[in-house]
Amino acid sequence: MSLLAVEALSRNFAGLRAVSEVSFCVEEGSITALIGPNGAGKTTCFNLIAGALKPSSGRVIFAGEDVTGLPPEALCLRGIGRTFQIVRPMPELTVLENAMVGAFARESRLAAAEAVAREALSRVGLLPKAGMPAAQLTLPDRKMLEVARALATRPRLLLLDEVMAGLRAGEAGAIVESLRAVNAAGVTILMIEHVMRVVMALARHIVVLHHGEKIADGTPEEVTRDPAVIRSYLGERGAA
Amino acid sequence: MRRGAIAVAAFSGLLALGPLVLDGYLLSLLALAFAFAFFGAAWNLMMGFAGMLSIGHGLYIGIGGYTVAVLLVTFGVSPWAGLPLAGLLCAGLGAAIAWTGFRFAVRGVYFALLTLAAAELARILFEHWPFVGGTGGFFLPALPPGNVPLLTLRGGPEFFYFAFLLLLTAALVLTLAIRHSRMGYRLMAIREDEDAARASGVPVLRMRIAAAALSGGMTGIGGGLFALMNGSLFPNTMMGVAISIEIMIAPIVGGLGTVFGPAIGALFVMPVHELSEHLAQEAGVFGLNTLIYGLLVLLVVLFLPAGIGPSVARLLRGRR
Amino acid sequence: MDLVAGVIANGVLMGAVYALIAFGLTIIFGVMRVVNFAHGEMVVIGMYAGYFLWAAFDTHPLAAVLPAAALLFLIGYLLQFHLVQHFLARPAHVQFILFIALALVITGAHLVAFGPNPRGIFSLASFEVYRIGGLRLDAVRSQAAAAALLIVALLWAFLRASRLGRAIRAAADNRTGAAVVGIRIRHVYAVTAGIGMACAGAAGALVAPLFDTHPFLAPEFTLIAFITVILGGIGSLPGALLGGLLIGVAEAAAALVLSPSMKSVLSYGLLILVMLARPQGIIGSPEGQR
Repeated sequence: MSLLAVEALSRNFAGLRAVSEVSFCVEEGSITALIGPNGAGKTTCFNLIAGALKPSSGRVIFAGEDVTGLPPEALCLRGIGRTFQIVRPMPELTVLENAMVGAFARESRLAAAEAVAREALSRVGLLPKAGMPAAQLTLPDRKMLEVARALATRPRLLLLDEVMAGLRAGEAGAIVESLRAVNAAGVTILMIEHVMRVVMALARHIVVLHHGEKIADGTPEEVTRDPAVIRSYLGERGAA
Repeated sequence: MRRGAIAVAAFSGLLALGPLVLDGYLLSLLALAFAFAFFGAAWNLMMGFAGMLSIGHGLYIGIGGYTVAVLLVTFGVSPWAGLPLAGLLCAGLGAAIAWTGFRFAVRGVYFALLTLAAAELARILFEHWPFVGGTGGFFLPALPPGNVPLLTLRGGPEFFYFAFLLLLTAALVLTLAIRHSRMGYRLMAIREDEDAARASGVPVLRMRIAAAALSGGMTGIGGGLFALMNGSLFPNTMMGVAISIEIMIAPIVGGLGTVFGPAIGALFVMPVHELSEHLAQEAGVFGLNTLIYGLLVLLVVLFLPAGIGPSVARLLRGRR
Repeated sequence: MDLVAGVIANGVLMGAVYALIAFGLTIIFGVMRVVNFAHGEMVVIGMYAGYFLWAAFDTHPLAAVLPAAALLFLIGYLLQFHLVQHFLARPAHVQFILFIALALVITGAHLVAFGPNPRGIFSLASFEVYRIGGLRLDAVRSQAAAAALLIVALLWAFLRASRLGRAIRAAADNRTGAAVVGIRIRHVYAVTAGIGMACAGAAGALVAPLFDTHPFLAPEFTLIAFITVILGGIGSLPGALLGGLLIGVAEAAAALVLSPSMKSVLSYGLLILVMLARPQGIIGSPEGQR
């Protein structure tokens, strides 16, 4: 059974259809990528799954339970963790304290939360910087802090929104390794990603959105051969 | 956490020696400073930690004060019962305002105006309510001879010095405990980024209501003691815009969202206030204190946006 | 019946002045997304300008409107250009504290300069009344309302038709976009703040003959402006007009039915109701709120 099933999900904004009848599944233990040109509705789709937006129609099934329209905090407790495209760590707090906010989702005591947070930080390689104010982190470190905070909530499914955007090749390489390790430890990952090299390196399953509709769904090989996908990407390049 | 606890103990221990060396005038001045440090600490829990801007905290001072005073004078209920009741009532009010506001997605500036509207509404109603004396005010009777402060919770400067110091110490301990607890982390997460907080499993509405209830309840208790100290209550001075703004100055000057900010701010602002008042009287210039207050806050916002507290802490630690 | 009609008519007249005050607040918010918590203080500056012009030259109350507006435009322009500009990207509560500090400084300066005592304009014009059918309208109030509406209309036309006005509206729609198109954004912001505060100043000069001027009036005006703006929808100019009229009539009605000192009760009640039922205001769009 799939960990996450999205069924005919739609969302309208003032008459505009941002996401239209999108359906796909994410298998337990997999890394699935959601790709598509800018404005394809990827982030909206994420927000619908994570509860930040309510769908106009359609259903979100997580671990066999209909979780459509539940608020983000309830989804977090059910095991959906997420990062945000624009990273905004809490600048006044230290790296460790940032991660602890996530850990408190399941821990009520300070010491326990700190242990969980440290473990999450170590999984993304941020443990040496635990005592630093988050404001002093470099961009790649901030992105990893977002991942660590999400991990500290002990998710079964991790939603990653463009963690690679704005990073240099070397920095992206380290993050790819960290994400592989996280996945190997049993966390299912659904990621929005623009950097195709990263998508190809990580994902075994790709869902392609265009103008809010799903135009392809399959393995990387299938998707890259798909004429509709090629057209949509070339179309975007042509316009730009 | 431990460093903070030691600091609270040192702070309160040192100030507890005050009556040995200070005269009645200075004691009542410091009692007032403690009162505003306490109000500031309560307001800071909402604003500094949860990022909920309340510009109508006078509501809780007023309701707390009137509750204690009316219970005492009209119904003969001891402040020992009146103060907790005032706290509960104001906690409920705070929770109700936070719930209505955030339940209906009234955020940021809107929430601030909601708090102000509630306070002003209460002030106007109290000014027209004969039962509490209206604009004419509500007065506590003179203290009987042989008054036992610990029984009546009323007394001279020394009593209120200790009473407000005790209340302030409790507020510092509470703030410290919250700062290092799940609730503190969650409140700070909401302040920094509500969406990220919700995605991290923080029940935002519940936390906001909790923060407002705690803050309102504390302010209500403080307001009750404040009324006992003043001996008289007027809607305008107990819950007008002026007092709502005045209690924000200490935590802003001292440092928003810090444990000691409100206390440091109040101890810094009080002499400034008193000096400028003297100056205003000597020179016959009315309003000089308001001007100096404004300039002080302006300078802090411009040059020390984190408040003077963090700078003081750095000095104490011997670092630059 | 005549009494009721008169009260409502006077409420409408007052509402027009409130609308002018609110217009200033809402244009500043609409363009720069900052809330001027010192707006009432600006009104009081305008009132003092009106009072002193009358005291020195015995001018007609309306003659003070232009000088007061010009003074407040200058203050607004300089404040925005040199001070508020640096706070645009800061959190809302920091901006709030900045404006509270400004409000305290202005009130303190007023107290130091002019003292706490109310100053009233005593002009023979105060006793004039217009009669329309059975309706008796206070002349000064009617003139103030007419002037306020005229100013709102002129500003409306300015925002629609002039180059600078269009730049201001472009800046309100899209900050980064406007900067890209080459609008000197800092100048446009400063002009906007100038206009917004000039509205407050002009309104101050208009009400100076109606209320005695003293420094502590400021918070009341700030509150009225807020209520007006929120009722109409923050950032919406027609909303400010509608809100002003509503508040004017609500105050007049409450003063009649309850008591004059309870005139604000109905407006606060209305405010809380609108906030809960329709946070974007009666006219405003949902994007206007934050």
